[in-house]
Amino acid sequence: MTSTGTTDRMTRLLALVPYLTARPEGVAVAEVARDFGVTERQLRSDLELLWMCGLPGYGPGDLIDLSFEGDRVRVTFTAGMVRPLRLTTDEAVALVVALRTLLELPGLAERDAVSRALAKVSAAAGHSAETAPVAVSVDAREETLAVVREGLERKRALHLHYYVPTRDERTERTVDPMRLLLVEGRWYLEAWCRRSEGVRLFRLDRVDDVAVLDEPAAPPPQAHERDVENGIYQAEPGSPAVRLRLSRRARWVADYYPVDSVRPVEDPAGGLAVTVRTADLAWARRLVASLGGEALVDEPRELTAEVAADARAALARYGVAPSG
Amino acid sequence: MAAKRAERLVNLVIALLSTRQYVTAARIRATVPGYEPDDGTDRADEAFKRMFERDKAELREMGVPLETGRTSAFDTEDGYRIARADYELPEITLTGEEAAAVGLALRLWESAQLAGAAHSALVKLKAAGVDVDASRGIPLQPRLDAGEPAFEPAYAAARDRRVLEFDYRRPDEEEPRRRHVQPWGVIAWHGRWYLGGLDLDRQQPRVFRLSRVVGTPKATGPAGAFEPPPDVDLGAMVAGQVGGEEHVVVVRARPGTANGLRRQATPLGPSDDGDDRLELRTTEPWGLADRLASFGPDVLVEAPAEMRDAVIGRLTRLAAMGEPS
Repeated sequence: MTSTGTTDRMTRLLALVPYLTARPEGVAVAEVARDFGVTERQLRSDLELLWMCGLPGYGPGDLIDLSFEGDRVRVTFTAGMVRPLRLTTDEAVALVVALRTLLELPGLAERDAVSRALAKVSAAAGHSAETAPVAVSVDAREETLAVVREGLERKRALHLHYYVPTRDERTERTVDPMRLLLVEGRWYLEAWCRRSEGVRLFRLDRVDDVAVLDEPAAPPPQAHERDVENGIYQAEPGSPAVRLRLSRRARWVADYYPVDSVRPVEDPAGGLAVTVRTADLAWARRLVASLGGEALVDEPRELTAEVAADARAALARYGVAPSG
Repeated sequence: MAAKRAERLVNLVIALLSTRQYVTAARIRATVPGYEPDDGTDRADEAFKRMFERDKAELREMGVPLETGRTSAFDTEDGYRIARADYELPEITLTGEEAAAVGLALRLWESAQLAGAAHSALVKLKAAGVDVDASRGIPLQPRLDAGEPAFEPAYAAARDRRVLEFDYRRPDEEEPRRRHVQPWGVIAWHGRWYLGGLDLDRQQPRVFRLSRVVGTPKATGPAGAFEPPPDVDLGAMVAGQVGGEEHVVVVRARPGTANGLRRQATPLGPSDDGDDRLELRTTEPWGLADRLASFGPDVLVEAPAEMRDAVIGRLTRLAAMGEPS
């Protein structure tokens, strides 16, 4: 990581004089620091360093010259540093791919503006942006995203229908929006839910019929943003343990959900034993049923019985004997 | 970085930008402050050489287009210069709305590699006179490229066109297997990251899910080792391998149940026994079969027969779980 630190500072040093050149009226030192994402102290040390640099000869007329008026700084001699350095491949990719992603998400930003910005940035980036080795294809319901964004921008409450898969229910709620999250390619609205009186994450592809209300969004003081550093699904400590044995084909469950006490088992062959902590047994039941027999339940016992009873009832409707 | 070195590098860039002539290493040593002076000893020469090599590498890594060549046929050694036209970011002006879009776009990255690049791109755009405020706007936490340890090495290898070697475990395989791939690019498709490229062991284009990569992928061999096909479409590769063709499935659901299915279904009206007939379309039939089985007696597959059999197979296994073995 040392080279990152070096490169960061060099990028900044080479950009500072052009930055000031583009703003001939001068800029407050604090604002420059904010624009470059460094402390004022660091910025002053950068400016002092630049003051020592200049054209060969390095006499008074050759060195970069800055003038300070009050808390403002401006450049009076550039030593030929008038434009920033071109974008590197990584920089061009970071910009171009992100703008292309925004184009796929028309609800988030003005579509025409994104498309014009993309054209201009691609032109400025030159060939390095043409064959970006990264692409992003995101699922988004554009109408939903646009309405949610409007609610956040105008700080208004939202009314929505939300599908809860664990209970297979379509629910109706009024929420105070807090922020939008994009996690693993999916959009979530984090909001205070007035119905459940708690902070909830709403996956946008499960939201229907969302509308911006006239009343202001007012999440109560106890509404805190959830830490999603380790993913959206979070283990609930102290919740009942659901102990599963996953077959080889169901091992993906261990990557997808927060599980603990993972250990390989011989029965089923090549399997994994995992523990999921959840208070939502309906969810666990649906998970096990959707695994079609690729997960065996060690605990709680009744979960197996329930899933098996459901399956037998279904087989009866198909006219198939369960033992067959 | 030591202030001395930063100062020397800035001076070197200014000096090489200010001339159209190629400047020899000896001239650079004599003019640019901060280099080990020539005192006639080999030790000093060696020290200078090491410093200068490091500085050149640093500038190239930053993307400074350092050229080597000779100004005239009489020159006895190569010199260095920076062509201003190659160095400078071309003119770019953005309206307020366009700048806001750029600011939002730059917040989409999370990995050190691309988030760092987004930050330095932002610095350069600001230095070009564009006022981009990346912190403005709606509260948004994007994590486009988060939580995938294989992302950075895979991306870097695709960028540099180096062969990538990694252990890959398919869920149905016991042991991971070593793969050798010419990486064409990485793509996020429906929320998951894939690497697309030429599988050198099979000599076939393939996509790999990054989350199934075991350990850290390793780039091997020289950069620029291959050229991806000019018309490569990573999205189509993933869709072709992961998605497959679309299947139409008709099911019957008891009234008031299977709300999740109904959200994606076309209603076909009631059946004889009062259930609702629904038409579903999927490119992942086995995923749909898993899902249909999870509704138990509430949902019955009408057609096609393969889907019906697949669901019955799952239900039969589930029913057997309740029996003492």
